[in-house]
Amino acid sequence: MAETKHTLVALVEDKPGVLNRMASMLRRRGFNIESIAVGRSEVPHLSRMTIVVGGTTALVEQVRKQLDKVIDAVKVSDISGDDIIARELALIKVKATSSTRSEIMQVVDIFRANIVDVASDSVTVEVTGDEEKVDSLLGLLGGFGIREIVRTGRIAMVRGSSGPLVVEERLSDTRNKRQKTA
Amino acid sequence: MKMTGAQILCEGLVREGVEVIFGILGGAVLPLYDTLPQYPQLRHILVRHEQGAAHAADGYARATGKVGVCMATSGPGATNLVTGIANAYLDSSPIVAITGQVATPFIGKDAFQEIDITGITLPITKHNYLALDAGSLAKTVKEAFYLARSGRPGPVLIDLPRDVQMEQAEFHYPSRVDLPGYKPTLQGHPAQIKKAVKLINEARQPLIIAGRGVIISSAHNELKELAETAQIPVVTTLLGIGCFPESHALSYGMLGMHGMAYANMAVNAADVIIAIGMRFDDRATAKVSAFAPHARIIHIDIDPAEIGKNVRVDVPIVGDVKMVLNALNKLTISAEHVDWIEQIDGWRREHPSTEIRDSEGLLPQFVIRKIYEVTQGEAIIVTGVGQNQMWAAQHYWYNKPNSLISSGGLGTMGFGLPAAMGAKVGCPEDTVWLIDGDGSFQMTIQELATIVQDNIGVKIAIIHNSYLGMVRQWQELFYGRRYVATPLSSPDFVKVAEAYGISALRVKSREEVVPAIEQAMAEQGPFLIDFVVEPEENVYPMVSPGAALTELLEEPGKEEAIWRKRNTP
Repeated sequence: MAETKHTLVALVEDKPGVLNRMASMLRRRGFNIESIAVGRSEVPHLSRMTIVVGGTTALVEQVRKQLDKVIDAVKVSDISGDDIIARELALIKVKATSSTRSEIMQVVDIFRANIVDVASDSVTVEVTGDEEKVDSLLGLLGGFGIREIVRTGRIAMVRGSSGPLVVEERLSDTRNKRQKTA
Repeated sequence: MKMTGAQILCEGLVREGVEVIFGILGGAVLPLYDTLPQYPQLRHILVRHEQGAAHAADGYARATGKVGVCMATSGPGATNLVTGIANAYLDSSPIVAITGQVATPFIGKDAFQEIDITGITLPITKHNYLALDAGSLAKTVKEAFYLARSGRPGPVLIDLPRDVQMEQAEFHYPSRVDLPGYKPTLQGHPAQIKKAVKLINEARQPLIIAGRGVIISSAHNELKELAETAQIPVVTTLLGIGCFPESHALSYGMLGMHGMAYANMAVNAADVIIAIGMRFDDRATAKVSAFAPHARIIHIDIDPAEIGKNVRVDVPIVGDVKMVLNALNKLTISAEHVDWIEQIDGWRREHPSTEIRDSEGLLPQFVIRKIYEVTQGEAIIVTGVGQNQMWAAQHYWYNKPNSLISSGGLGTMGFGLPAAMGAKVGCPEDTVWLIDGDGSFQMTIQELATIVQDNIGVKIAIIHNSYLGMVRQWQELFYGRRYVATPLSSPDFVKVAEAYGISALRVKSREEVVPAIEQAMAEQGPFLIDFVVEPEENVYPMVSPGAALTELLEEPGKEEAIWRKRNTP
């Protein structure tokens, strides 16, 4: 079976140590994290994580189930097969002289990126997009000399109304059930 | 009502039905221990090493089905629990470990006896907590016990800083838990159950592999009903032993590396396997690619992550074993598999894996068989790890759930004595025999003092062969008989026992075996027998590492064995 990149989305409790618990589970089961991004979700006390890992579909399904066992993880889905919007943000500090600055600005324009800081010998570019877009911009800017790069890693969401809503409905379903049984 | 953190913890323990705590105190749990006398219903048993506390809690949990509790101070106290917690984790044993921690202002400062025990135990606990305020401690205790015992059970650790133990807070014990991320599936999916029933009804050579999940779920009656109605032979994993009576006509013993030859052959020939509450451990499956080559597999387990982890599964059913079996039993039609059963019986006649050969020397298998006979199969047997463990699994026959308590997943030498202690404390009316090896026993021998101080009447049989026997067996078979670091000298166990205040005997011949066991049984308190056995006896059958289940080494014929002994340097 072919190894491919998988995008997992996890809804987790916003508690200290939860990132460590998720990362530790991936490490323990022998998975390399390509990227992990975490931030607050639309539900109070819950965060949403986007984790990119490589592996065969069967192995990633195994790790998804292991992650789902983390008590603080409310729901973990592999959305790789879905129609998703995936983005990352990068800040790129590029060497710039008076003679190259305008050329850099043209490249930045073509990529619909922004220059967010200008210094005498550099400009800082902010770009949002999928990894390929960020990679190709980096390729073009590489010719001018790159001083520093920082990338957020992928964040992703399923297109249309199905993705995050399903999670919420299931969550409230189980909450209701628990209240009934309690 | 306002209470201290220590009181809140104790109130929680009482409400969770805790009756005994195994532990050792120290600086960071002094406030907690100072509170214990206010709760006389919580019996504290002082062990001699924290590893013993965790194993005792584990043994208690396995013998009773309740949650076992152990307690230790911060730093070294906590790290000493780690092996016991890992052992409980791998065998899905419900324990709650409570550790003291340095006061919150010192956390992260490398204070005296500070260690990040929640970090250390992250991969070996089902969940763990660092309790940072007394106000939320009641909720933490409630959750810890709920998590430990529900779903797939496992160890949960609560790390409790010294100042939180003394902090005052309003006590309110929650009546239910709110854990949105934890919702074990109990009922099997009806469509999957229908598929399973269809497979079972179509099967010509079906086989049940039953594991510890049957015991945890108290599903032995449901398992029996399924096996009897559909006439399906049953083999068990090591930890599943006792979930199906071994005296039953459909019982074919344990499968795996040291399983019965006929059990492994049945797995190999089966056309449908119903795997119930087991996780296809490598010691059970042997070479996975050659495992059950003709079978379609139905896998019933409460942990979805176990499905498809090690072997391909045709019909996965996630759910509580008892509930799933109940649903299956409603739909399974009665069947006969006369030819199939006759075939396995034939293998059993040709490969009688539990037959004990005649020997002038004292054979360990003989000792265990005699313990079986004298106890009439009614004892709780606790084992160490190694040859003693395999012989105890093979040559004692278990008819009740929880009657064999053994370290399966982690294979922890030293598990035996403290676990036996815990089992006896949990089941004081039962006879508890520890069958241990001379190597394994010495790893936690200090708990002899505990069983004397608390008068815990464990009967101890040391299978004394002067080697780390299982490793020696591997060296004999796979490392050209180079016995590196396996010859083992031991103290005079009889004198050691007597020094601790325990009556003891040494047995070197066959005739002495039964009288010694009878004497041990007649003794009120603990008793130790040092059985000096044949030093180079091997455990058979054996599947070589990396081989398939059916590629068995069986016990060499008597003459061949003698020849082998004479002709080896």
